[in-house]
Amino acid sequence: MKFEKYEWVAIAIMVSLFIFVGFIQGWSVSLVILNMCIISAIMTMGVNISWGYAGVINFGVMGFLAMGGLAAVIVSYPPITESWKAGGTGIGVSFVLLVILVTAVMYINKTVTDKRNRYIFNTIVIIFGILVIRHFYLDATESIEDVNPAIAGFLGGLGLPIIFSWIVGGFFAAGVAFIIGKVALGLRSDYLAIVTLGISEIVVSVLKHEEWLSRGVKNVIGLKRPVPYEINLQNADWFINLITYLNSSKLNNIIDVSDRQQVLNNLIIDGSGIFVKLSYAILFLIVMFIIFYFANKAQLSPWGRMMRAIRDNETAANAMGKDVVKQHLIIFVIGAAIVGVAGAMLVTLDGLFTPSGYRPLRFTFIIWIMVIVGGSGNNLGAIFGGFVIWFSWIEAAPLTTFIINQLTVGLEPTNALKLHLLDSVPYFRYLFMGLILLLILRYRPKGIIPEKVRHS
Amino acid sequence: MIDFLNSIIVLLNFIIIPGISYGSQLALGALGVTFVYAILRFANFAHGEIMSFGAMITILFTWFFQSQNIGLGILPTALLALPIGIIATIILCIISDKFVFQYYRYQKSVPVVLAMVSIGVMFVINAIIRIIIGTETIKFSDGQKFIMKAKQFKVMTGLNEGLALKSSQVITILITILLLTFTFWFLQKTKTGKSMRAFSDNEDLALLSGINPDRVVFITWVIVGVLACVAGTLYGLDKSYKPIIYLNLVLPIFASAIVGGIGSPFGAVVGGYVIAFSEIMVTYAYKKFFVYILPSSLEPSGLVQLLSTDYKFAVSFSILVIVLLIRPSGIFKGRVL
Repeated sequence: MKFEKYEWVAIAIMVSLFIFVGFIQGWSVSLVILNMCIISAIMTMGVNISWGYAGVINFGVMGFLAMGGLAAVIVSYPPITESWKAGGTGIGVSFVLLVILVTAVMYINKTVTDKRNRYIFNTIVIIFGILVIRHFYLDATESIEDVNPAIAGFLGGLGLPIIFSWIVGGFFAAGVAFIIGKVALGLRSDYLAIVTLGISEIVVSVLKHEEWLSRGVKNVIGLKRPVPYEINLQNADWFINLITYLNSSKLNNIIDVSDRQQVLNNLIIDGSGIFVKLSYAILFLIVMFIIFYFANKAQLSPWGRMMRAIRDNETAANAMGKDVVKQHLIIFVIGAAIVGVAGAMLVTLDGLFTPSGYRPLRFTFIIWIMVIVGGSGNNLGAIFGGFVIWFSWIEAAPLTTFIINQLTVGLEPTNALKLHLLDSVPYFRYLFMGLILLLILRYRPKGIIPEKVRHS
Repeated sequence: MIDFLNSIIVLLNFIIIPGISYGSQLALGALGVTFVYAILRFANFAHGEIMSFGAMITILFTWFFQSQNIGLGILPTALLALPIGIIATIILCIISDKFVFQYYRYQKSVPVVLAMVSIGVMFVINAIIRIIIGTETIKFSDGQKFIMKAKQFKVMTGLNEGLALKSSQVITILITILLLTFTFWFLQKTKTGKSMRAFSDNEDLALLSGINPDRVVFITWVIVGVLACVAGTLYGLDKSYKPIIYLNLVLPIFASAIVGGIGSPFGAVVGGYVIAFSEIMVTYAYKKFFVYILPSSLEPSGLVQLLSTDYKFAVSFSILVIVLLIRPSGIFKGRVL
């Protein structure tokens, strides 16, 4: 694909931001921000695919991220055999019963044509089914949660490398999105927004409170990394040699041997941190480019054209024989899957899964601001939005401190107003986010890098 | 017989009274959302923050009055500060309309864009609240806390179960009745109210018959400001004020408005109570109730709880989804879909 001139400018801005921070605040900080920016960009692309391509609103970002995070736990955490022994069969039985229940309900819906009878049958079957499942399920979960609650208390996972969870996370999120889409996609767009927001809240509260599955609010810590640990790097010969080689001119200037060793040790410690973050960044960038490539391919394909047609005029597209409902569902699921991938990556980066950390303000609305600011319908715009918004989200605090100090320079350091303002520095980022969103919506409603109008 | 009375008291104490007071708070909030939806035609995500803002101003003035030793005796001082909070909330609504929403209304933007805009407004108000008052939990109810304590009731009636009546609950219920009566009287009987209903029903026709849209919108924001500030303050008075909680409250409020039929004021009120009661009833452990009402041989062993209280918020959404599936226009036919 070819970039326009202003798009090159945008890319240059993104790159130079990180170089700037690298020089001012250090490369470690710069890489931390970069990693989160890449993950945000992937989330933004996911939302952008459903909203920008097809106009399907998805306010359930938080829920899909959490599903991705759950995938990371299930894939990578070593299995806990005692828990499986204690409650594995119970969980298995309740799962089978659940499948039977769902099949029964579907069967009823298919065969019973009378609407009133259908409701009655469904209600009876569902209530009876839930009572039976509860019987097995409560015993099983209780015994699982009793197994060593301080360090375990849940089923654990499969013990595979965590990098697989990025794909599994996509599938998990897609599964949830399929159910949501089946239920809610017929609704008008602002209803859909509220419903998806609500269902994401339900998903998170399930993860928070079903301790046998996700350890709930007790959090899962110590997930395996896909990249080397700092401590191993610091003892590895090849890494020490690499650092020595990179800094050879600097080290050669130091004559004293013990001083030189000291400097080298510091360099190795700093270098190992940067190396780890850099490896993450490279992994994430690969994923980002793969998704970017395919998202663009899809947008330019006949399928993408059909999606735009559906977005711009649903009735006309329907009249042309396009199955609008099915396509909406497909694109909703694809978008959610990409968000799920990002969710798994997020947990991989943190190395821990904290269900109570998923809040709509941070994980749904900020992502939407990224989409709107970057430019809906343009993948590069989505990436740009993710980078710029996450960057300003992080850098808002130092900037605010600076501004407040400048504005209150005449006041004494013990002045109550000044102290109060400095105390509330972390809250100014919400103000910035709101103002950015409002300004963009007012003066550049199509986003900073708008969708390209194609006449083909 | 005594057992039966005891079981009724249990229900009253743990379900009905909390349900009515929480339901009133939701109803007032949902009424505000529904007004914006009916007249301005968008889902206002900032509504929770508007409520929070009103409560915050009320708290600030409550503190001021307390420091001046002005109070209402047994009633909470917040009632004295409430009118000031209401005025401030109305001003906030008018300002946000003048500087933000008006532009999109004149542009005739689609509802989704306006919903996005309201998210921007939500962020800004959220930031202002956090900057001014922080994120700490604040208790600002003073005066007499209980109208009737559980112990007093036990002594008075000789029953095993106590019935506690918090003054904040009674105040909530009374103010809600007052406000709802006034709102519905206004909508049904006054000329302005009728013009608002006409505008909501058919905008073009209303404009043709000489209704001034700017005036209708202005009145709407005034009503929304009053409702939001009162709802926010009552919620804070009843539970305790916590700026973050109002964002979570938006969801049950939307659920109430939609379940009742969005755009229908009466539906919003009913929806509020439906959501509140189902949240409380589904998560309440009925063991105590059954202990009284059933013979001892049938006594339940478990807590007899349908869902753990952790799923309180999930309940309102499940109801929302079910209602949307079965009857998309809500209990009372709303105006969309």
